[in-house]
Order: sequence, then structure tokens, then C-alpha cells
Amino acid sequence: MFNNFFHRMASPKHFYRLAGILIPWLAVPCLLLTLAGLYYGLVKAPPDYQQGDSYRIMFIHVPAAWMSMFIYVVMAGAGAIGLIWRIKLAEMVAISSAPIGASFTFLALVTGSIWGKPMWGTWWVWDARLTSELILLFLYLGVIALNNAIDDKRMAARAVAILALVGVINIPIIHYSVEWWNTLHQGPTVTKFDKPSIHLSMLIPLLLMAVAFKLYYAFVVLMRARCEVLDRERNSGWVKELAEKT
Amino acid sequence: MNLEEFFNMGGYAVYVWSSYGIALLVLLVNIIAPLRQRKKLLHGIAATARRRARRNA
Amino acid sequence: MNSDSLTRAFVILIRRDLMLAVRHRAEMANPILFFVLVTSLFPLGIGANPALLQAVAPGVIWVAALLAALLSIENVFRSDFEDGSLEQYLLSSHPLSVLVLAKITAHWLVTGLPLLLISPLLGILMGLPVDAIKILFITLLLGTPVLSLIGAVGVALTVGLRKGGMILSLLVLPLYVPVLIFASSAVDTAATGLPVTAHLSLIAALLLLALSLSPFATAAALRVSLS
Repeated sequence: MFNNFFHRMASPKHFYRLAGILIPWLAVPCLLLTLAGLYYGLVKAPPDYQQGDSYRIMFIHVPAAWMSMFIYVVMAGAGAIGLIWRIKLAEMVAISSAPIGASFTFLALVTGSIWGKPMWGTWWVWDARLTSELILLFLYLGVIALNNAIDDKRMAARAVAILALVGVINIPIIHYSVEWWNTLHQGPTVTKFDKPSIHLSMLIPLLLMAVAFKLYYAFVVLMRARCEVLDRERNSGWVKELAEKT
Repeated sequence: MNLEEFFNMGGYAVYVWSSYGIALLVLLVNIIAPLRQRKKLLHGIAATARRRARRNA
Repeated sequence: MNSDSLTRAFVILIRRDLMLAVRHRAEMANPILFFVLVTSLFPLGIGANPALLQAVAPGVIWVAALLAALLSIENVFRSDFEDGSLEQYLLSSHPLSVLVLAKITAHWLVTGLPLLLISPLLGILMGLPVDAIKILFITLLLGTPVLSLIGAVGVALTVGLRKGGMILSLLVLPLYVPVLIFASSAVDTAATGLPVTAHLSLIAALLLLALSLSPFATAAALRVSLS
């Protein structure tokens, strides 16, 4: 029965339909959590005694940075599953994750930079986290570029999976090397992102936003994977039927 | 807390609101892109099917 | 198929590639020339102040080495791809990862080793103290094989593509970051007279990791690219 379930799940047609049902069930809670997170983050949480209201950028920056790492790991995991068990769905999830991950990485970089301006007085500081995010963005762009460069969709998916796996082994190494480099060349400023303790009134919106971002990723990746299914199955009967109805 | 104070963000309005604005923009683009792609794909597939049907008729 | 014949295949493949390289000596010189040229452009760009040059030397020499390695690694499978012998390796009864390792080894001997040998000269040009030059040599000895091993994965992924070169740099350069950080800071630390065993062990660890994983990743990537 278990096997049967997976088999049906992995059939593109069932996936397409199931994803279509799931998307609103993920999107609505995501929206509600985002609104709650914004309310607690922008209205309820008191200003920081050091940074004033500027720290509120954290409620986007930190969850986005978490997501950027999380999505890369998911992408590599899905890619590995696709490579080993030849499950097309896993390949599609891996491919669909790349642009979303790149978006979150970009967001973490930009908000980090905007946050840095009032804190450090410059738009860019070679801070350990920002530098890691920058390299992560390059890794994502490499994945996307490789996917675009290969015309054959299945071949592209497998190439991307290998690249993502190589990347995921390297990410911790890059991360620690950058951190180490950062402590060696300690700049004039001390990082203000990492606080040893965080007050509950700030932790609540942070976690709300983090969960909202996770849900956001879940439904957007399903939306993208649905497009992948349509593209790959364009010659099958059910896709043609679907196309004629629209 | 009044509304003006809220929008002022303790003098950090530019930074805070631009961050949230960019985030909103990026997140929306990521939702709209697959929606548009789906529509384009379905239209393309339907068009190919019609062309084939006409050729066979 | 015993291990004896595998060793023989390994050695034969290296010897074949070395012979090919000797026949095309001019191509061998290109990465070295590039390495020397890029490094010597820096004094012209930032001024010949000895203190400044010495401060930037480790980074500059290593970035130049990175670029030279990237430039040369592109060709590791090129000719074999074009004349079809790459597909023969795939069909061979020997494990592809071992054959790939032979290709990478031969390629490093042809392009990485000359880089290594010319590096003391660049150290002198940039005004590095003798101790730092020694360390520069050791970091290149440990680091350039890592560059070749990581680069080979990228090349295997892009070997059949028309615009492979541009994508290759995007795929590979971010992965070179840890080597760059550890190696250039080792030279930097050596220039101030401090011990660098920690740095060197870290680069050695990277080398071992790359040595154990890269041949498999490269082999898998080649199978995908040629399917």
C-alpha cells in the first residue's frame, strides 16, 4: 500500500492535481502568518534600545537567510533522490527550487545591506554572513545558468542535481572558511546581526515570519513544479485536455 | 502608538520600508512568474493541438 | 579485471596525456604565461610601493593562480570529447572514476606543476620575504590539485555545451573560495613570521576531501553529459 501510494504520488498527473489542491491550503496560512508576523514585528515589538526601529529589518533578513540555506539543502536532497531513484518529481522540485532559493538569497543580501547602512554607515561590509550569502547567490546562479544552458530537460535536471550535491558539500566549508577569514581580518565594526539573547517580543515575529517563509516556499515550489510537469508532459493526453479547457 | 509614528519608524523609515517593499516585490514576482508561465504553457499546448487537428482534417 | 590491469590503465592514460602535452608544448605555456602576466599587471595597476605590494602579494598571486587554473582546466576533457575517446572511457570495463583521476593527474602535471615552479619568481617580483615564498610554494603544491579536482567536475558538467566556458567560471569559482582563503592567509601569516601549520593542514584536508569525492562526481557528471 505504501509503495502504491508513492507510485501514484509520483505519477505526473496525480501530482499535478494534488499540488493544485494543496497550493491554497499552504498559501492561505502563509498569508495569515505573514500578516501576524508583520503585526507583531512592526507594531507590537518595542524598539531596540541600541538600534531603534531599524532592527525590524531583521524580521525579513534573518528568515530569508535561513531559507536561502534551507532551500539549497532541499534542492540537493531532491536532486539526489532524482539521481538515485530516477524519480522525475524530485528532479522537478530540485529545478523549481533554484529560482526561489536565489530570490531569498538576494533578499537576504539586499536587506542585510540596507540594514547595514544605518548600523555601519556603509551599504556594504565584508561581514561573514553577508559574504557567505554572496557566494551562495553565485552558487544558485550557477545552478540556474547550467539548467538554462542544457536544452534537454532530463539531462539538465541530472546535471543540476550533481552540481547541487557538490555545492551542498562545499557550503559548510565555504561558510566556515569565510567566518574564519572574517575573524582574521576583523574590520572596524563588530557584527550586529548575531545577538546572544533575543527578547520574546522579538522572537515571536521572527519565528512567525520564518514559518510563513517556509510555507511560501512550499506553495511556490509546487506552482513551479506544476509548470515543469506541464512542460514535460505536453504530449500526453491529460495535458492536452487540460489545455483545451482553458 | 499613532500612525505617523508608525510610518516614521523612529527615523529609520527609508531603510525599514524599503526593505519590506523589496521583500514584497520579490515574493510577489515569484508568485506571478509561475502563474504566467502556466497560462503561457497551456495556451501554447492548446495552439499546437489545434494546428495539428487542422492539418489532419 | 584485477587491480593490476587497473593500475596499468591508470599509468598508460597518464603517459598518453603527457606525451600529447609534450607534442603541443606551446599550449602548455599559455597558463603559465597568463599567471605571470596577470601577477605582473598588479604593480602597474596599484603602484610599485614595496610595502603595498607585499601586503597584497599573497592574494594577488593566488587569485592569478585560480584564474590560470580555471583557464587551463577547461581543456582537461576537450580533445577527448572531440575525438570520441571520452565515450570509450565510459564504455571501458575499468571504473570511470579511476580513469578520470588519471586524466586530472596528467592535467595537473602539465599545467599545475609549471605554475608551482614559476611561483617563487613571482614571489620575488612582488617582494615577498623568503619564508613567505616557501609557504607560497607549499600552498600551491597542496592547493592547485584541489583546483584541478574541483574544476574537473565543472568541466564534466559543461563539456558538451556551446557556451561552456562562461558557465564554467560561474560554477567553479565560488567553490574555489575556501582554497583561496586558507592559502592566501597562510602566505600572509608566513610573511609576518607566524607559524602556519594550521593553515596547511586545512588545505591538506581540502585536498584529501577533493581527492576522495571529485573523481566520483566527475565520473557521474560525464555520464550525464554524454548520455
